[in-house]
Order: sequence, then structure tokens, then C-alpha cells
Amino acid sequence: MSSPEECRLPSTSADSAEAEVFSLSAPAAELKNTAKKIRRNIVTMTNRAGSGHPGGSLSAVEILTTLYFRVMHHKPLDPHWPERDRFILSKGHAAPALYATLAECGYLPVAELLTLRQMDSYLQGHTDCTTTPGVEMSAGALGQGLSFALGVALAGRLDRQDYRVYALLGDGECDEGQVWEAAMASAHFKADNLVAIVDNNGQQIDGWNRDVMNLEPFPAKWQAFGWRVIEVDGHSFPQLTQAFKQARGVKGQPTVIIAHTVKGKGVSFMENNPDFHGAAPNDIEVKLALKELE
Amino acid sequence: MAQEVSLREAYGQTLLELGLENPDIVVLDADLSRSTMTHFFAQKLPERFFDCGVAEQNMISIAAGLAASGKIAFASTFAVFAPGRCFDQIRMSIAQPQSNVKIVATHGGITVGEDGSSHQSVEDLALICSLPGFTVIVPADAIETAQAVEAAAASYGPFYIRLCRPKSRLIYDQDYRFRLGRAVTLRQGKDAAIIAIGLMVKEALEAAQNLKQEGIDCRVLNMPTLKPIDEAAIIDAAETGAIVTAEEHLEHGGLGSLVAQVAARHRPVPMEMVALHGYAKSGKPDELLVRYGLTAGDIEKAVKSAIKRK
Repeated sequence: MSSPEECRLPSTSADSAEAEVFSLSAPAAELKNTAKKIRRNIVTMTNRAGSGHPGGSLSAVEILTTLYFRVMHHKPLDPHWPERDRFILSKGHAAPALYATLAECGYLPVAELLTLRQMDSYLQGHTDCTTTPGVEMSAGALGQGLSFALGVALAGRLDRQDYRVYALLGDGECDEGQVWEAAMASAHFKADNLVAIVDNNGQQIDGWNRDVMNLEPFPAKWQAFGWRVIEVDGHSFPQLTQAFKQARGVKGQPTVIIAHTVKGKGVSFMENNPDFHGAAPNDIEVKLALKELE
Repeated sequence: MAQEVSLREAYGQTLLELGLENPDIVVLDADLSRSTMTHFFAQKLPERFFDCGVAEQNMISIAAGLAASGKIAFASTFAVFAPGRCFDQIRMSIAQPQSNVKIVATHGGITVGEDGSSHQSVEDLALICSLPGFTVIVPADAIETAQAVEAAAASYGPFYIRLCRPKSRLIYDQDYRFRLGRAVTLRQGKDAAIIAIGLMVKEALEAAQNLKQEGIDCRVLNMPTLKPIDEAAIIDAAETGAIVTAEEHLEHGGLGSLVAQVAARHRPVPMEMVALHGYAKSGKPDELLVRYGLTAGDIEKAVKSAIKRK
């Protein structure tokens, strides 16, 4: 059984730790509620900061919520707990989504979110592992997180630790050559304790991926590199939960979950709108957004 | 002629010895393990050795992940590739979080020789010294190399150790004790001070010997730790009234620049820099040192020029 301070949603079924993690019964409604709170905080904090990356933060909310409230073993009050599952945010510009999730878990006070990007805040514009509890890697320079995650996974194997490593990548980020170096190496080293999740929202700064730099055939590329590929609706809790469960059973190879998402998800005028990749909602827009997220 | 010993071999053997003692040490290479000599470690401790193939950027970030998980990660390739090819990875994954990664780069400088400019690392010290928190060491011989590697393993934080390709004459005997951040006075003198690193240390000693015959009395310092640099030793050297630096690196951003910063701040004196001014070509190491002005004779000329400006 897990200790009480580990971060889990309360579950009606407490037969075993496994059942508790993957139970799809009552907590689903709470996941939705948690996701909504995270979304509200993302738009509020980026508005307050006057800058940031709301689009690619909003697309990743269900992925983060599923991981932190369903899948991962972790202790918000003990961020360096050696046995914790590791989450590596490779798309460091989605920092607001991670911070809001960490706050919901209790790593930091929710009120602190409003200091995002301000002088002396420990919530930097892109993730900084030296300032924020629960942040494993300093990111923001794209393409490096999967390699880093592989290093963490290899260390876990050397230490005979059972922890699992989850790395969240952007689809635009997969333009970076280093992602494919890491993909090749992860399969070569048979890192079956490593799961990559691609927040496949289809857009990058200059527009749609297919117009800027076509990634297709995307699933086939990962497969050719030696990965188990699972495609899901990245806003569906049941599909995400099932995918993570399935990944746990994969032996001898790493797993990538290609999560089909919508950039700006949850706020109608931000959805699929590249203007909100790197720009915060203004004071009027944030009011409209919060109304939609009630 | 004193015995010539490989710095790279000293690295490889020391790494293996350290690895046998300390299970936290892991080693990464990028398809050059026979050249960097990490293959000694790989043969005996294969489970802690990761050959990343020809993918240096990936290697550096994997090393950072291993270090973030409690390992002491040694990553090796040629100096031209790390930092050259991996600067952003080193910056974000090692320097910014002050990660416990030790980059040991071999084939530094132009004495790589026949491979030519693509493989001759002449900017690596400028790049790596620009990164906050890095300790940067350029050993002068095999004995200093072994001790520098031990010091890197024993101290937490990012290290860069630059080794040359050729075997080199021993400067030190087994009684030598390398001290992190400390210059070593190899010869006392009052007319000028020569501060050298790496292969240029033996050239500096030869130059001082020759100048003595002309009545010029030179102090010779080896500055194995380039960063943090031994400021006190530089201020002390400035007491001679003239400083000459000698390095197998571009004149910008290496030893000469670092010494000049300290001297300018604390005790400005005439300085000359024996260094490279551009890319070199293919050739035998000794021919290249002559062609590109990195010999004892070049140091002697620089000393006379600096003394004239006293």
C-alpha cells in the first residue's frame, strides 16, 4: 500500500496499489474538475504575467492531470523522494501547465502561480529545476528532454529502482534532430521504464506543422526507431489512463504515447489559434476565457 | 630526453581505477572510446558504460540525466565536439543546474595534426570558460592528468578537462600534488613571468632555459586550472613587470584573455600572448607548432617584446 502523503485521488477501491492507480471509476469526475482548475490557473497566470505560452499549456492539461493524479507515484511534500516516478517536461514553454499542476498537487501554494515570470519569482518563464520544487530539469531549449529522461531511466535501471520516467515533448519540438538521437538510443538501450508523450497539437509558432515542417508519417517514424507506439485522444482521461497502463506492460522497448490534442484546448477563441502560442490573453480575453471554464 | 607518456592513457586508466572504487561513476562516449581511452572502463565495467554512437548532443543530455539521478557522469569525445557541437546542451543541462557532469575532451588544440582544422579544437576553452560554474583544467602531462581526473571525481559540479592527442614529456614526478585552482611555479625568475598550459608548459620551460643564457631571468608558471583561475599567482607574476602567456588555443577567450583580465584589474603590466590567430591546416604536430608560432622560440621573442615595453 502506498503511504498517505503520496499524491493520488481518493479512490473507492483500495484493494491494491495497482487498482488505486488505474481505477477508472469515481475519480474521473474529479480529474475533470482538476483539469478545469489547472486551465483557469493557466489563463489567469499568463494574463497576470503579460506573456507566456498558453496554447501549448492548455493542450497538455489532461496529459499532466492523468500523470500526476492517476499514474505517477510521487510525494508533493518530498519532491526528491528517491523512489518517485519522474516527469520531465521537455517542452519547457508549457511551464504554466506544469506549475499549475504542481500547485494542485501541493508542491507549491496556488497563490504563488500569480508570480509567474516576475522578478524574484521561483516560477521562471521556462522551467528551472534550481528554483521550483518538483521540476526535474531546466528546459526551454527544445529537443533535450528525451535524452535527459533516458539518462534518468538508465540510472534507475543501474540502481535497481522501479521508478518510471515520463517525458512530455511537443510535436513541433520533434523537428529537433536530438529528439531522434534520443529515440534511437532509448530503443538501443531497451529503456522500457521510459515513456515519451507527444503533445500532438499540430501547430508550431509559424503555423501548422504540416506547412512549417511536416512530421508525417509520425507514428511510423517512432515505430521505425524501435518504439511501441500508442495513439490516443490527448483530452480523454480513459484513453490516456489506458495508454499509460498499457505502456507499463511493454518490455524491452520504450513506449511513445502520441496524444492528439488541440492547441489552446478549453477556450474557444484560443483553440487552434497560433496567436496564442507565445502570447498571453489580455484582460478582456481572460474574462471570456474564465467564463468558458466555469 | 625525459619519458613521453600519453595523457589520454593516464585518463583512461585513472577512470577505470576510480570506477572500480566508486559504483556511482558512469562513463559515456560517442563512438570514440578507443581514442579517448574510455575503453579501459568499458571493458571492465560495461554495465556502467554507455556508448551513445555518433551523437554528442544526446550524450551530453543523457549524462545530465544520469547526474541528476546521483551518478558522477564522465562524458568523453574530442574537444572540437564538446563543447563545440553541444554548447546548448552543456549550457542548459550542465551549467545552468550545476550538474555533476565531467566532460573530458581529448584531441584539444592543433596537435591533433593530420586530421586538419575540422578536428583541431582551437575555441573550446573560450566556449567552456564562458559558462558560469564550470571548473576548467588543462593538464600539462600524464601525472597531472591522473590527478586532475581524481579531483574532478571528488568534487561536485561541472568540470571540463582538456587533453592533447600526442604523448608528452613528463613535467612532474610522482611526488607532484595537483591542487585545484592553484598555479604551479616551475621556475623562479625576476625579469618576466611566462604562464603556460598544456603542451606549452614544456616549451615555456625550454624558453626560460634559453633566455637565461642571454641573461633574462624568467619565472615559469603552469596554470592547470584555467577556471577558477589563480588570481594571486597572476598578481604575484605581475611583480616581475611583464607577463607572457602560452597556449594551444585562439588568442581570444583562452588563457591569455583570462590572465589579462586579472592583471588589468589588479596590476596592469605589459603582456604578450603566444596563441593561435586562426585555423590551422593538416600536418605533423611538431610542424604545425612551428608554422603557427607555438614554440619555445616564439615564447622567447614574446618575452623580449614584453620586457622592452616595461
